[in-house]
Amino acid sequence: MKVEQLSVFIENRPGGLEEVTRILKDGGINIRTLSLADTSDFGILRLIVNDVDRANQLLKDNGFRVSRTQVVAVEVPDRPGGLHSILEVLARENINVEYLYAFVERRGENAVIIFRFDNLDAAIDTLNRHQFTILKGEKLYSL
Amino acid sequence: MPQKYRGINMIYNEEFETLPREALEALQLKRLKQVVLRAYHTVGFYKRSFDRVGVKPDDIRSLKDLARLPFTTKQDLRDNYPFGMFAVPMSSIIRLHASSGTTGRPTVVGYTQRDIDTWSELMARCFVAAGVTKTDIIHNAYAYGLFTGGLGIHYGAERLGASVIPISGGNTKRQILILQDFGPTVICCTPSYALNLAEQGRAMGIDMSTLRLRVGIFGAEPWSEEMRREIEKALNIVALNIYGLSEVMGPGVAMECIEGREGMHIFEDHFIVETIDPETGQVLPPGEKGELVFTTLTKEAFPLIRYRTRDISRLLTAPCRCGRTHIRMDRVMGRSDDMLIIRGVNIFPSQIESILLDIEGLEPHYQIIVEREGNLDRMEILIEVSEKIFDRADEVKVLQSLEKRIQHDIKDYLGITADVKLVGPRTLKRTEGKAKRVIDKRHIM
Repeated sequence: MKVEQLSVFIENRPGGLEEVTRILKDGGINIRTLSLADTSDFGILRLIVNDVDRANQLLKDNGFRVSRTQVVAVEVPDRPGGLHSILEVLARENINVEYLYAFVERRGENAVIIFRFDNLDAAIDTLNRHQFTILKGEKLYSL
Repeated sequence: MPQKYRGINMIYNEEFETLPREALEALQLKRLKQVVLRAYHTVGFYKRSFDRVGVKPDDIRSLKDLARLPFTTKQDLRDNYPFGMFAVPMSSIIRLHASSGTTGRPTVVGYTQRDIDTWSELMARCFVAAGVTKTDIIHNAYAYGLFTGGLGIHYGAERLGASVIPISGGNTKRQILILQDFGPTVICCTPSYALNLAEQGRAMGIDMSTLRLRVGIFGAEPWSEEMRREIEKALNIVALNIYGLSEVMGPGVAMECIEGREGMHIFEDHFIVETIDPETGQVLPPGEKGELVFTTLTKEAFPLIRYRTRDISRLLTAPCRCGRTHIRMDRVMGRSDDMLIIRGVNIFPSQIESILLDIEGLEPHYQIIVEREGNLDRMEILIEVSEKIFDRADEVKVLQSLEKRIQHDIKDYLGITADVKLVGPRTLKRTEGKAKRVIDKRHIM
């Protein structure tokens, strides 16, 4: 039910991101989706990749601060109200979202929303009870 | 020198400030014998340190014998925190001051009534050396509090009989209003704050050169001749240098005279100064650059024997046109340790380090960068993100609150605002495995 995400600390300077993508490219790592949170000083790049262990090792070996975080990937139909249908439930059940990002699946029918919750298990339980489709890690990594 | 200076050649304590060399040295020897005897018998530290090198107070028969006595260091003062160096009971102490608070131990100094009287007189001497009289209004923007600057200047101004505005530090806009409305003729603050006042005044559309200010007495941080010219131009005043440190007394240990404007007269009837090689401890001949070492001759509560200031300067023995016979010291040219002076606040990198290490998960991979932006010093602290911290949180807000917490702790302990910035691992340069902790880009000296 949980998906592993890599978070990479990036200094806010030209070339900061490029170093990460170069290391991943050279290591043959495919990025499924990503998001970048930034401040004036630094950013945190969050990645879902096809091989978490290897990507983690590669980045660490190259001197990056990397942490592994568990997130939840929820599949919704790619149409108006798709994201809202989830947030509506979460709001009603008083579940706090730390952050989220999304992408559209290749076939274009569904969107995948990546959620970070502080209370992961309660969130998964709620999503299950409301019959949302939670993607398994393996499925997401190989999409 | 601006036209406003009227050329008053006065000396506050003419008898003592113009003593012929021979008489001055005789007075110094008499007072030195007394203070050494008193320190030995009343302060455990001095008895132990004299005994260790086998010197008795009786062995001091000439001024040259001073060199036989051991040095006193800042660490000695810390080891005897808080009152272990006091030579009188607390009932005789009427005032306490301390160096900037740290996570470690600050240096505490005490004063008897007579010490405060002496200090007030020496500060009054400083004012008169700057051409200040009782008709002047003195804007005192040194901080009041544990720091000796504010109250030291204040008591001297009152002793002289001038009018003192105890504005203390900060609140620059209000300071500018008061400079305009109260019409002070004398300003006392750090040189960088004087430039900051000038700049902010200009930004507010005020012609700072038309204020009534005539003379400024600046100290508590190193500054240059170039800054002097800049301040004099911006405020249309005569800018003079003052020297002091809380351990020895506070401001007013030495003061530049307006006639000479070349080095600061050290009040030798109350202090003996030496310059030493900071590496070997050897006493250097006057004129050679070295670390200043002070012995207090008259202080009751907190006598200091051969105190190593860590300030680097040189002594000037040539007679001065002002008529004072006291030796002069050049401006402080640097430090023989890693202390930084930022906006008048003394900071050791080790203090920053201990603040960082108090925060769980932080590693001591940091760098302090000091810059002068406009006229104000800016301190930036770069800290490498440790694995522990990043493992715990991949959220921006957590890292930002960590930055804020560090900034807050530094402000709390050291009284200075630093910009704190997290950087990636191994981004701070290490030379031969050892990190360069401080990058001072100010190049003041």
